[in-house]
Amino acid sequence: MDSLDPQGPIAKDIDGLFRLTLYIATAIFILVQGGLLYAAIRYRDRGERTPEPKQIEGNARLEVIWTVIPVLILASIAVPTVDRIFKYTSCSDDALHIEVIGHQWWFEYGYPDEGFTTANVLVMPTDTEVCLDMSSDDVLHNYWIPKLNGKRYLVPGQDTVLLLEATEPGEYWGQCGEFCGLSHAKMRARVIAMAPDDYAGWLAEQQQVAVMPAEGSLEQAGLDLFLGGQCVSCHNISGVTAANPALVDGAIYGPDLTHFASRSVFAGAVLNLDDPGALEEWIDNPPLIKPGSFMPNIDLTQQEIEALAAYLRSLD
Amino acid sequence: MATTATPGSRTIFRRPASHTGFWSWITTADHKKIGIMYGYTAFTFFILGGLEALLLRIQLSQPDSAFLSAAEYNAMFTMHGTTMIFLFVMPVSAAFFNYLLPLMIGARDVAFPRMNAVSFWIFLFGGIFLYTSFLFGTTGPPAGGNLAEAASRLGSGPNGGWFGYAPNSGIRFSTGTVMDYWSIGLQILGLASLISSINFIVTVFNMRAKGMKLLRMPVFVWMTTVVAFLLLFSLPIIAVALFMITFDRSFGTLFFDPSMGGDPVLWQHFFWLFGHPEVYILILPAMGIVSEVLPTFSRKPLFGYPAVVFAGAAIGFMGFGVWAHHMFSSGVTPITQAAFGLSTMAIAIPTGIKIFNWIGTVWGGKIKLNTPMLFSIGFVGMFVIGGLSGVTHSIVPADWQQTDTYYIVAHFHYVLFGGAIFGLFSGLYYWFPKLTGRMYSEALGKLHFWVFFIGFNLTFGPMHWLGLNGMVRRTWVYAEETGLGPWNMAVTVGAFIIALGVLVFMANWSWSKRNGPIAPFDPWDARTLEWTMPSPTPEYNFAVNPVVTALDDFWHKKYTEDSDGRPVRRPEATALVAELEEVGLNPPAPIHLPNPSYYPFLVGLGMPMIGYGVIYRGAAWGIPLGIVGALIIVGSFIGWGVEPLEEPHEEHEDHSDEPGTDHGEDA
Amino acid sequence: MADIAHADGHHDVHESTGIDNRKLGMWVFLSSEFMFFGALISNYMLFKGRDYSAFVPAGQSVILPRELYDIPFTSVSSFVLLMSSLTMVLAHDALVSGDQNRTRIWLAATGLLGSVFIGGQVFEFTEFVQQGMTLSTNPAASAFFVLTGFHGAHVFLGILMLLSLYGISRRQGGLTESQGLNVELVGLYWHFVDIIWIVIFTIVYLIP
Repeated sequence: MDSLDPQGPIAKDIDGLFRLTLYIATAIFILVQGGLLYAAIRYRDRGERTPEPKQIEGNARLEVIWTVIPVLILASIAVPTVDRIFKYTSCSDDALHIEVIGHQWWFEYGYPDEGFTTANVLVMPTDTEVCLDMSSDDVLHNYWIPKLNGKRYLVPGQDTVLLLEATEPGEYWGQCGEFCGLSHAKMRARVIAMAPDDYAGWLAEQQQVAVMPAEGSLEQAGLDLFLGGQCVSCHNISGVTAANPALVDGAIYGPDLTHFASRSVFAGAVLNLDDPGALEEWIDNPPLIKPGSFMPNIDLTQQEIEALAAYLRSLD
Repeated sequence: MATTATPGSRTIFRRPASHTGFWSWITTADHKKIGIMYGYTAFTFFILGGLEALLLRIQLSQPDSAFLSAAEYNAMFTMHGTTMIFLFVMPVSAAFFNYLLPLMIGARDVAFPRMNAVSFWIFLFGGIFLYTSFLFGTTGPPAGGNLAEAASRLGSGPNGGWFGYAPNSGIRFSTGTVMDYWSIGLQILGLASLISSINFIVTVFNMRAKGMKLLRMPVFVWMTTVVAFLLLFSLPIIAVALFMITFDRSFGTLFFDPSMGGDPVLWQHFFWLFGHPEVYILILPAMGIVSEVLPTFSRKPLFGYPAVVFAGAAIGFMGFGVWAHHMFSSGVTPITQAAFGLSTMAIAIPTGIKIFNWIGTVWGGKIKLNTPMLFSIGFVGMFVIGGLSGVTHSIVPADWQQTDTYYIVAHFHYVLFGGAIFGLFSGLYYWFPKLTGRMYSEALGKLHFWVFFIGFNLTFGPMHWLGLNGMVRRTWVYAEETGLGPWNMAVTVGAFIIALGVLVFMANWSWSKRNGPIAPFDPWDARTLEWTMPSPTPEYNFAVNPVVTALDDFWHKKYTEDSDGRPVRRPEATALVAELEEVGLNPPAPIHLPNPSYYPFLVGLGMPMIGYGVIYRGAAWGIPLGIVGALIIVGSFIGWGVEPLEEPHEEHEDHSDEPGTDHGEDA
Repeated sequence: MADIAHADGHHDVHESTGIDNRKLGMWVFLSSEFMFFGALISNYMLFKGRDYSAFVPAGQSVILPRELYDIPFTSVSSFVLLMSSLTMVLAHDALVSGDQNRTRIWLAATGLLGSVFIGGQVFEFTEFVQQGMTLSTNPAASAFFVLTGFHGAHVFLGILMLLSLYGISRRQGGLTESQGLNVELVGLYWHFVDIIWIVIFTIVYLIP
């Protein structure tokens, strides 16, 4: 998550501006600290041989100079700063729009044109300006993918916008930076940039309904448990669950699980699907891993947990 | 036709009279005693805030640590910030203002001595009220959430951050009472500071010694005045915001509830309209102290006194125009971002002026590198770093990367710790002889400085890198894969080194005030009026009211200049100094001081009662307790209003009705 | 010794504004109160014009403060408050000319008129609640009640101060010259509260 290693044109541009300022600041630092240290040492009281100092009360010319020079330096940095503010706070007309909705403590990603939502992993095409239309379902959050851009708040009841653009395909990590409650530290973000062709393929896959498990399998048992229990009150699985809880006004809901296994991370991008036992631990006691979690511990047996986990792992 | 009534009997209980002993502290109206109480109370909160920081740092020393639970972590970082800002830096600055302001302007006391006391008692009881959240406060998950375990006592402090952003601080997401303790506690504390600010402004404008024109006042007094105006105009705004969040939480108003049309970003605006002037309130006193210390130990006047004064006032004024730089990522419009980016750059200019003037002060001087001087020079050096990182925040798109990360934490600790706290310690050492009549241990003092310097830079230096490398703020844990562990461990080590420095200081202070060598009343050959009186300061301050003819009047009475502009001690200086000491300890005429009063203490006591009444209004005893608190306050104000500042004395006629005298009767 | 003044503890000669400490203090305090009410008024102005139709249950309409105002009624109570400023001036005038009895009368009148004003506010608020607008109806209603409520609280505290002065004067047979300054101070406070009401009445009630 190194913002000093920018990837993508926006982050690089901002980094350039920051580095310029940093160099100027370093120069000023050396000058000022140098002056201070020099004075402290050079003008030390060495006893009798140090004369009383001249009682200088000021020097108008010097004071004017060291007022004007900083003004000039700042004015020169101000120009590109203001330019970049306007450039990066609005999306161009041909940007690709993806929705981001913040929840305590996970990010929901909506692809309205294609009609599906995912969570925890934001997939986007490379070499495309992506315009994130963002809002929050509960408290303030913010969205930050350091290598691609600075962060922007997600505000409940309001819309904010963040531009992302990646040149290289790959994974870009991020995190919610705005304190949002008990599990703020466990609300993370993962962006995967793909070449446009791959992205088109991914879109097509995500629009499919969920994979149905084989009859009599462990996965089928998991599906039965899922449908028969509390899970359906918060989670949607397209083609499987009768109603989508996310569509109910004011409801608290969880991530869409239709293609759960196509995502490498879950639980707010904190846990890895590859880690053996991670999914089982999560299903067993979510509040233990994420204090305050809206997903409760419902005292499932080990067998039930294994069935559910198997089912979820089948949802490519 | 014109009749003047004689005052009848005033109080139900007999008025306290003692000027020594325990009760004299409870009932004092003497600015010096009040300043001392502020100082010790603030320092106690400094220790508490520091312990909170150490707990945070232990938790963050390793990735995915389980030392603190999330609830405990959130309470610790909230209270660390709240304590350090409202219960340490502001009150310890008040300690300095209280003790020194009248001395530096040649006055016997502040304009309203009992009001001065009430500020202290409201602060003390407000701080205690805030901390009782750990004892009585309740906390839970947001409505609908689940916990694996209930919060411990350590996790039952206010937990919404020192900035309490809505809607997280609202009733739906902060269930339980801890955030009520926060909003009501801060309200009480704000009142204390507001009352002080009124007192200081009237004191500075009305009670200066003869000849002490405004531009002959020490810079510290100027900074006190600017701070008082900042408090005067910014505290009402946070008061409104805190009322709004309290009402949202307790009485069903909808200001910050987005589900009913409220606006959470409005909280940010109100908070930072106060919050930004607040940071100048935190730094300007230390800047004032440094502006006194550097000239004394350079044996030269402050370079560019008018510029330093004017820059301080400019910073205060412009400080009201930069608040939204805390909101660059909040979704405000690009025009807003540009405007506040520019105004933030602009405020760097007067700040830079002061720094250059301080360097100009030591340049060419005869520098004594003792403890106060080391801390003041350290202040300049560390503040420059913090100021420069602040300028990088004004580059708005770069701030989108920096905000809400440890880079910001690094910035403000450089200016608040390396700046304000270093400056405050400089002052504590500088004025130690005046306060106690003894000298501190120079060896321990220097040790303190170097331990602090190393510990401080080790703690906050790496945070710049941590922030730019993705470490967000207020984060209870971080993942191993981020690679942030090693530097976090270094930061934690630094924090413990700072703690060692604090212990060194405490040892020095407590040992030296009892056993240090007796100090002359002008040990530093200084420039300002407080050094013309005995050490420790007598209760009446000046035996005879001074008359001032110039800036740094005392220095000019001791020294004249040769043709080269170098100081030459006047032949009459020694005799003058001896006479000052003699007269200082034996005032020629009777001096009448404000009598003690217990009303300020009672007003302070009533405040938390109202607070508990609001929080526990559902309980049978809640509202009655609140009403009792309100009655105590109102009754005390009435009694106080009727009680004269000084009881009438028989030695000569009562001149208390003459205008322009320092009798702030009934105040 | 020459430069150190011989002034004693009482006759200190100060650099001073020439304004009595307490009066200067009251002015300083009132300037802070301007910011307090400024924040509350701007808060109301921010919320008053917003569209809350998305936040009411289907079928219900939005109830905004401005729809419920009874301008004639509020004009009358505003006039009452204005008159109380007049009686306050008369009270101070009476004190200056030394008539303690008349001072008390006008102080009481001021307090009475202030109480009538508050009574009018209470009546008005009760009406609003009965017509369906409470603190919790929408943010504009919250802002309205909090703003006017704080103003009313300030009037109430002013009445307490007036009653105190009245009581002290009664008990002592009149006010001393030093205590008399308090009449002026309470007067300053009272006029301030009145001016704030004029601003509130204009911005909140009159301007659409």
